Amino acid sequence: MSDVTHETTVRVAERVERLTAETSEGPQGLLERRATRRDELGREVGAVLRGTGLALDPRDVDVERSDDETMIINMGPAHPSTHGVLRLMLELDGEYVLRTKPVIGYLHTGMEKTGETLSYVQGATNVTRMDYLSPISNELGFCTAVETLLGVELPARAVWIRMMMAELNRVASHLVWMATNGMDLGSTSMMIYGFRERELILAFFEKTTGLRMNNNYVRPGGVAADLPDGWEDDVTVICDTILERTDEYDELLTGQPIFRGRMEGVAPISAEEAMALGVTGPILRSTGVAWDLRRTMPYLAYDQVDFDVIVGTYGDNFDRFAVRLNEIRESIRIVRQCVERMPLGDYRVQDAKVTPPPRARIDESMEALIHHFKLFTEGFQVPAGEVYTAIESPRGELGCYLVSDGGPHPFRLHVRAPSFVNLQAVPLMMRGGMVSDAITVISSVDPIMGEVDR
Amino acid sequence: MIPLPPMAPPGVACADALACDVACFPARDAYLDLVRAWREDGFEVCADLCGVDYLGHPGRSLPEGVVATRFEVVVNLLSVSTRRRVRVRVQAGDREPRVPSLFGVYPGTEAMEREAFDLFGILFDGHPDLTRILMPEDWEGHPLRKDYAVGRVPVQFKQAPGPR
Repeated sequence: MSDVTHETTVRVAERVERLTAETSEGPQGLLERRATRRDELGREVGAVLRGTGLALDPRDVDVERSDDETMIINMGPAHPSTHGVLRLMLELDGEYVLRTKPVIGYLHTGMEKTGETLSYVQGATNVTRMDYLSPISNELGFCTAVETLLGVELPARAVWIRMMMAELNRVASHLVWMATNGMDLGSTSMMIYGFRERELILAFFEKTTGLRMNNNYVRPGGVAADLPDGWEDDVTVICDTILERTDEYDELLTGQPIFRGRMEGVAPISAEEAMALGVTGPILRSTGVAWDLRRTMPYLAYDQVDFDVIVGTYGDNFDRFAVRLNEIRESIRIVRQCVERMPLGDYRVQDAKVTPPPRARIDESMEALIHHFKLFTEGFQVPAGEVYTAIESPRGELGCYLVSDGGPHPFRLHVRAPSFVNLQAVPLMMRGGMVSDAITVISSVDPIMGEVDR
Repeated sequence: MIPLPPMAPPGVACADALACDVACFPARDAYLDLVRAWREDGFEVCADLCGVDYLGHPGRSLPEGVVATRFEVVVNLLSVSTRRRVRVRVQAGDREPRVPSLFGVYPGTEAMEREAFDLFGILFDGHPDLTRILMPEDWEGHPLRKDYAVGRVPVQFKQAPGPR
């Protein structure tokens, strides 16, 4: 009998070691204190900002603490509140977080490498899968870079269609954020409401682009198809419904004491810290910096529409929530103006170099068929050069660095994913907080792992 | 084209660039000083840092005096206060690309430099934690290098597609 017990213990012990070895990320993960250099430890506990003159109080860096007092636990990669496959390694002292390290790469699919083998026509199909909650923004970022290299001037209608679709996408993305954020805080009804409203927008996307997600709608030179008949009514219904329901969510969440208690004053970040860490988007705006590329470095026709840049004050969870909630309203304002002022004309540039002939022409003209075939097999050539263009995605600055060697494929395609950079603020926000707040911090940073890992 | 900041190290070549105010091409030893000078000049945010492998594309246009190397590190800086963008392109070397880390100037480059190290094998001197970030720790090679094959997962069908 005693032998059996002994054997079982040994087996279990071996298994634990094996499991640890299997899941270890080596030096990528958070190491124990005795295995961490002193400067490294100081950086991990938040002394990261010393370069900007914001030196951390040395007394705050308790590097003398021993390993027996603390515990390193894993959150993720398969944790429901990490919004995908984010793995956070937390060092805890009881209930408090001392150090945090995000371990990423679980969703790495080499999209930048793949992008080098795809032509510019196919490129949008590739990048649209990066940030799967705002595919239109990704396509827009990529196509803007390609068009800048090409020197193509877009027709007005294409510009306004792009703007409207991008804003609808921003609403959809923020609604999902509201839903998941509500879910993380225990508000399951918000979860269902958010996804329900997003479905309205996705149905319109399906009608326009043929797909609910990963639309591949914005293409170099314009958009893939004109808006469907009766789109004004659809969009107006979407705007009315969502605007009305946004007020309901405002009441449901903003006024709720539990929600406020868990959001207000939790995980604040200052404007200097955010800028030093390269953080952009709603997180930067929540600290009071009115930096929105749509306003500060306008692209498309954002300089012709009327909207407000929403800023916060304290840079805490609640401000990030409030900024996103009100950005839904501002986006709807832009969409309404797009409906009113949508110009007539062509939805793509009539430049035979980048635009395929209309479908009807292919049936009657051999040249058109060849032209179509060449465009979609070989693609078009883009003048040699390099460009970095940035647009405001729902999560921040989405940049695209494109190098062309004059061929039909990008020589180098790099996407500056806002989530990837914003994730660096997580250790700073988490430090000194509670484990239960860790959930809300991840949620309020709104990382999309497809974009982080690319 | 905006002028270089007053504290910039001498002998930095500049050129016009698309969608940005100026592109500068410092030598490797002037790189950190130049970025620091831009930082002092009001460029608060390092928007992007990435590597490029120019193997097979040697004839790119560079200003006079800049010797093209295989690897290049491209830094895009952003000034929130004055709404400007500049690009810093440093030639990182051929065999063992190596540049100083910007971590001390912009802490936000930590993850981006790790990514450039992971995918290109560019070494960043002074980086606090230069480990792989996207690929597994035991991965061999640097996938975004041009001499690294695209590769395919073997499939069980008879006519598996060849490389594109």
